[in-house]
Amino acid sequence: MIETTNLTKKFGKTVSLQRVSVTFNKGDAIALMGANGAGKTTLIRLIMGYYHPTEGQVRIKGADPITERVEILHSVSFVPQLPPPIKLSLSELIAYICKSSGVDKELIFHYAHEMKLDIKPNLHKSFFTLSGGMKQKFLIAVSLAKESEIMIYDEPTANLDPKARDDFYRLIQSKEQEKLSLFVTHRIEEVKGIVNRQIYMDLGEITSDEAC
Amino acid sequence: MKNLLLIAYLDLKESIRANWFLIYSVVFGGLIALFFIAGITESQVMGFSGLSRLLLMYIQVTIIILPIFILVTTVRSISGDRDSHILEYMLSFPISLKQYYWGKVFGRFITVFLPVFMAMVFAIGYGAFKGASIPWNIFFLYTGLLFAMSSAFLGIAFFISSSVKSSEMALGLSFFVWIFLLAFIDIALISLMLQNRMSEELILSIAMLNPMEIFRVAAISLFDPELTVMGPVAFTILDTMSQGVFVLLSILYPVIVGVLFAFLGYRVFTKKDLV
Repeated sequence: MIETTNLTKKFGKTVSLQRVSVTFNKGDAIALMGANGAGKTTLIRLIMGYYHPTEGQVRIKGADPITERVEILHSVSFVPQLPPPIKLSLSELIAYICKSSGVDKELIFHYAHEMKLDIKPNLHKSFFTLSGGMKQKFLIAVSLAKESEIMIYDEPTANLDPKARDDFYRLIQSKEQEKLSLFVTHRIEEVKGIVNRQIYMDLGEITSDEAC
Repeated sequence: MKNLLLIAYLDLKESIRANWFLIYSVVFGGLIALFFIAGITESQVMGFSGLSRLLLMYIQVTIIILPIFILVTTVRSISGDRDSHILEYMLSFPISLKQYYWGKVFGRFITVFLPVFMAMVFAIGYGAFKGASIPWNIFFLYTGLLFAMSSAFLGIAFFISSSVKSSEMALGLSFFVWIFLLAFIDIALISLMLQNRMSEELILSIAMLNPMEIFRVAAISLFDPELTVMGPVAFTILDTMSQGVFVLLSILYPVIVGVLFAFLGYRVFTKKDLV
């Protein structure tokens, strides 16, 4: 589903990713690990089509995520590490998501409820005024409601309490069959039960890639 | 198209709720109210009187403050979203970069143009209520000029916003652009250039390239073209070409500048890293 070939990204003279060739297939649930600056976020951003590769290429379902971003992003759900300070109200943000991606609004409410987030009383509030945990739960609910084939989570539980983390992993486990899930994480013990592959990165390279 | 309008609509809604929009609207609406309170419509100076004088004063203040308002409020549109990782999340949905960028441009254009235009409509409405004669020719010219001026600086702002990595840098650049263009409408500077024996053609070319100077000359061109307040460059321009041609140029040229910069900004936006 996702294939990178000799993928390199440089920022000026700094090499953030160096000749990374890796394939992620349907059914893979991957824990992507490594120290800060290892290149995890750079790899994710190249996969999402945010960065132009310095060398090499990324293909998602055979397509380029930069030139065919609209088609590709219909198949991808993404939750960033920190919820951005979006000033739109929740109802406006939901309208944006539903109209752009064809997501069913009721599904967002459903998954938010599963994550113990009551959206309806907060619909008129600006997204950025919600607490860190509420924002993260909302983004997770959106990612699940999108029902994508590829789910990318960059430290998704950083703002969640232990109960909410359990809810998240329970929902993920119920959804991850026939999908590709990619978790950027520093806590392998948390995702050990739901991943079947562990990739370690260091200094912009993949240092180990093991099934588990 | 559906997504473009969606982005424009959401940007518009977000802008209307922002503090800067409130200040922006109060400044331009307040100017008109202040002019009425100060009795400008009842006074007469150098042949200007009534609503014509009020509109002329409004447009002259607008020449100075509108560009910086547009630049400061717009340059952070893309660069600010990039800084705060909003762009990273919003572009994780299947929206094309074309829809996102031009949706932002259209939404922001309505936000910056509407308050300055509505302030003028308010002046006309209130003037008519008070029984003043309405200078429709001036009103339509100024509407066209405000549209053109808004287009020019919005385009420049989006170009800056797409090109720089941080919103601080974008803000700094927008001040530089404003000061730079303002310096070239300054009559003292132009006089200095004349004293230094620079050729008349060069001075005129510099003046004509500056949308702020074009705006200033066009704003006063409906009045007596021999007025000393116009300055030597404005006098020469109006002496060189007919009023009709110049008015047309004064609207078309800034619009073209704005569209050109907006397209350059779009190109940069699509060719550079997004976050």
